[in-house]
Amino acid sequence: MNIVVCVKQVPDTTEVKIDPATGTLVREGIPSIINPDDKSGLEAALELKDQVGAKVTVLSMGPPQAELALREALAMGADEAVLLSDRAFGGADTWATSTTLAAALRKLDWDLVVCGRQAIDGDTAQVGPQIAEHLGIPHVSYVSELKVEGEAVVVKRAFEDGYQRIRAKFPCLVTALKDMNKPRYMSVGGVFDAYRKTIPVWGLADLDVDPANIGLKGSPTRVKSSYTKGTKSAGKVYEVDPKEGARIIVERLKEKFII
Amino acid sequence: MDFQADKEHRLLQEMYRDFAETEVKPLAKEVDERELFPVETVRKMARYGFMGIPFPKEYGGSGGDNLAYIMAVEALSKVCGTTGVVLSAHSSLCAAPIYEFGTEEQKRKYLVPLAKGEKLGAFGLTEPNAGTDASGQQTTAEPKEGFYLLNGSKLFITNAGYADLYIVFAMTDRTKGTRGISAFIVEKGMKGFSIGKKEEKMGIRGSSTCELVFENVEVPAANLLGKEGGGFGIAMKTLDGGRIGIAAQALGLAQGAIDETVAYVKERKQFGKALAQFQNTQFQLADMQARTDAARLLVYRAAASKDAKLPYAVEAATAKLFASETAMEVTTKAVQLHGGYGYTREYPVERMMRDAKITEIYEGTSEVQRMVISAAMLK
Amino acid sequence: MNVSEYKGVFVFAERRDGAVQKVAYELLGMGRGIADALGEPLAAVLLGSGLKDSEAAELIAFGADEVILVDHPDLGVYMTEPYTKAVVKAIAERKPGVVFFGATTIGRDLAPRVSARVKTGLTADCTALAVEDGTRNLLMTRPAFGGNIMATIVCPEHRPQMSTVRPGVMRKLERDGARKGRVSRLAVEIEAKDRNVEILEVVSEKVARKNIEDSTVLVSGGRGLGSPENFRKLDLVADELGGLVSASRAVVDLGWVGQDRQVGQTGKTVRPDLYIACGISGMIQHIAGMEDSGFIVAVNKNSGAPIFEYADLGIVTDVNRLVPALAEELKAAKAER
Repeated sequence: MNIVVCVKQVPDTTEVKIDPATGTLVREGIPSIINPDDKSGLEAALELKDQVGAKVTVLSMGPPQAELALREALAMGADEAVLLSDRAFGGADTWATSTTLAAALRKLDWDLVVCGRQAIDGDTAQVGPQIAEHLGIPHVSYVSELKVEGEAVVVKRAFEDGYQRIRAKFPCLVTALKDMNKPRYMSVGGVFDAYRKTIPVWGLADLDVDPANIGLKGSPTRVKSSYTKGTKSAGKVYEVDPKEGARIIVERLKEKFII
Repeated sequence: MDFQADKEHRLLQEMYRDFAETEVKPLAKEVDERELFPVETVRKMARYGFMGIPFPKEYGGSGGDNLAYIMAVEALSKVCGTTGVVLSAHSSLCAAPIYEFGTEEQKRKYLVPLAKGEKLGAFGLTEPNAGTDASGQQTTAEPKEGFYLLNGSKLFITNAGYADLYIVFAMTDRTKGTRGISAFIVEKGMKGFSIGKKEEKMGIRGSSTCELVFENVEVPAANLLGKEGGGFGIAMKTLDGGRIGIAAQALGLAQGAIDETVAYVKERKQFGKALAQFQNTQFQLADMQARTDAARLLVYRAAASKDAKLPYAVEAATAKLFASETAMEVTTKAVQLHGGYGYTREYPVERMMRDAKITEIYEGTSEVQRMVISAAMLK
Repeated sequence: MNVSEYKGVFVFAERRDGAVQKVAYELLGMGRGIADALGEPLAAVLLGSGLKDSEAAELIAFGADEVILVDHPDLGVYMTEPYTKAVVKAIAERKPGVVFFGATTIGRDLAPRVSARVKTGLTADCTALAVEDGTRNLLMTRPAFGGNIMATIVCPEHRPQMSTVRPGVMRKLERDGARKGRVSRLAVEIEAKDRNVEILEVVSEKVARKNIEDSTVLVSGGRGLGSPENFRKLDLVADELGGLVSASRAVVDLGWVGQDRQVGQTGKTVRPDLYIACGISGMIQHIAGMEDSGFIVAVNKNSGAPIFEYADLGIVTDVNRLVPALAEELKAAKAER
């Protein structure tokens, strides 16, 4: 059985801080990690490798430093890794990203593609289903449990208030939830082995894809503007009666979309 | 001369850090307070290849090097001094001598399970009357037909009781002084071998430190490690390697104490500002970090020398001497910078200070290290 | 793709277990504003099996000018391909300029598939939507980078412009039973090959989250509450917010709650989106466990309590009278949606 796991290297957004002086994001020194949903997808694939001997390949689209995420995946136990990296891929929205990844997947041998549900920097949850659409295969998202039965996967697909158990025949794609498992660590031997492997880097020239559909130029959506949400300094303190206090709290929570 | 760790070691350090923060740190306080041997942690460490880092894959190891191994000891010790020494004693003092001095059969039979983490190792040299003066061994191993009869006792043995395999030193020929000492691989469960009194210690309280008692234990001849009479040499060479592990433990304790203190002084406010804004605090921290960085380079140099198959005994002694004294100094200052709270068990620095003290004593006291260094200088 | 050919605003009216979901009405409330700004009609697209005229009438009462009913036995339970096919057909026939979906587990599964098939852009989890002067393009604002940044996205050359919006972010309109609108029916062909996955079972269950480290909302109590009875009242607020109750070390030591709820140096480190500290003074050991929370509200009768230095919003008042008042206000806010 062949599995390809798509992973993205992301900044650890839980570590991001706002510079109090400029009000902008401090990006230096933020550790890069494998996106948590993707890591759980990888763990699920590695469990299938342990159980039924599946071959696991990891694929990532990113700048050259995304290679580190692929080394980590290899050190966790993945068999092969491929890096998609080219200036032409940069600035892509989810349409262009999924188009590029689908083109790479057409070059690989697989029964199952595993993606994370969403990345903690983009937070869109769009790339996985869009890849499936480009490849013309069924997909199941929000997967919280993954098993293989014959030539199909049987998954638990989470909804807000319950789940469906779904059977999807190969070839198909699933998007994984980080709650589904606790990913293993890299092993010591795995780290040394990971660096003995070669990670091929594929650029635009290596893919059969229309350049008009990739990168910034191939993106139907683009960012018009962005701003940080404001620095966190000691907030306002109100000395009021309890009912007024309750009212103020609820108003602020509404403003912040917390309720 | 490259002072930067290479890619493999950097990735390993990330893994060690994640593992230590998630699996080891949450247990550290309880391990210390209730003197709990971290059995479950050791099992997890085995799963990820920690227990045989510098040994080749053909012997069940991870195919790494000594630098990778001591980085693991450092990372574990940063959050838990006990867990660091469990690994160090197992790897440097039991698995390493079998790897370096054992026969092929001994490596297959004993090194493989040790490196895989299926069995835990220990080292028995110290006796009630033989500490720094290790030559005064009173445990005897009388040569018999096909076996040696082991009688005597050992004191202050790390991992005792939980270990499955023990490298034990004993006199096979009283007339020959240190040339009459031999090394043996003794297995838990051998008839007549029992664990005696458990020490109540100031620090590394989760580490099981006990007496070993040998009453007519029949150790098979196949379990003689190296040659008869070669035991003292094996012990000294093994301790040279073990010193690097302890130096790494001390290094981890020092850095852990600094990291905790940095977080604390940013939070704690007195006289209207954070402690971190006072120059005294800043200068103290600078000194602590500079010394710890120096210790780090000495420890890594010793490990790298061993990996390069260069002489490393003096480098190891220097690293152990400097790192352990640094750890004691840094952890003590860390408690001071925490003020009253630092003296309570609510914060980890007092435990780190108690843990640091032993690094100046075991596997060769600081005095012994000074003897080694000066002897090399003055020969 | 000729952008000017696309007119009108569609709202995907999510329906589950035979009931139209609240988010559909919220989207109509917001969609009404967009449709009016564009001077174009607003239609709700309702997929399901056994659709009733009363369901369409409700959608009109909440702002739709038209309801497009797509009634088919294979649309009774959500499955990606049949739903995608139906929505794509509605888009192909009617060419709307804008399509909104709720950012629910269904919406976030369906919208990407639809947008890829239709070859257009999709913007997820929008918190604000507007029409740009001049270009008349949709301005879609959403959080990114883990919520640290707000970005405004446009989709200038592709149609329809598609967005998903989280439930609870937009407000539905006042129900107007007298509102007029038309109901149309769209037929869709669903073949066996479109049912390309097999639903083996459908299970409803409440997800119980008992770990304070996993909760996105924590209502935390300290010694300032005075008694275990007062501490228990925090449940009223936690329930309204879908969160858990946590505690300072002091009240854990007093036995008011279990140690698994303790936040702080010797307890757990938490970083929920919302942390409400009630009757907690803010000793350094506590702060260390929660200072990275998204939004910190502190309530304490002592204006000098150190917690106010770390809070985004501080209320100096009698905490035991504020807690039930807060639960009431939250209940009222929920009801008006």
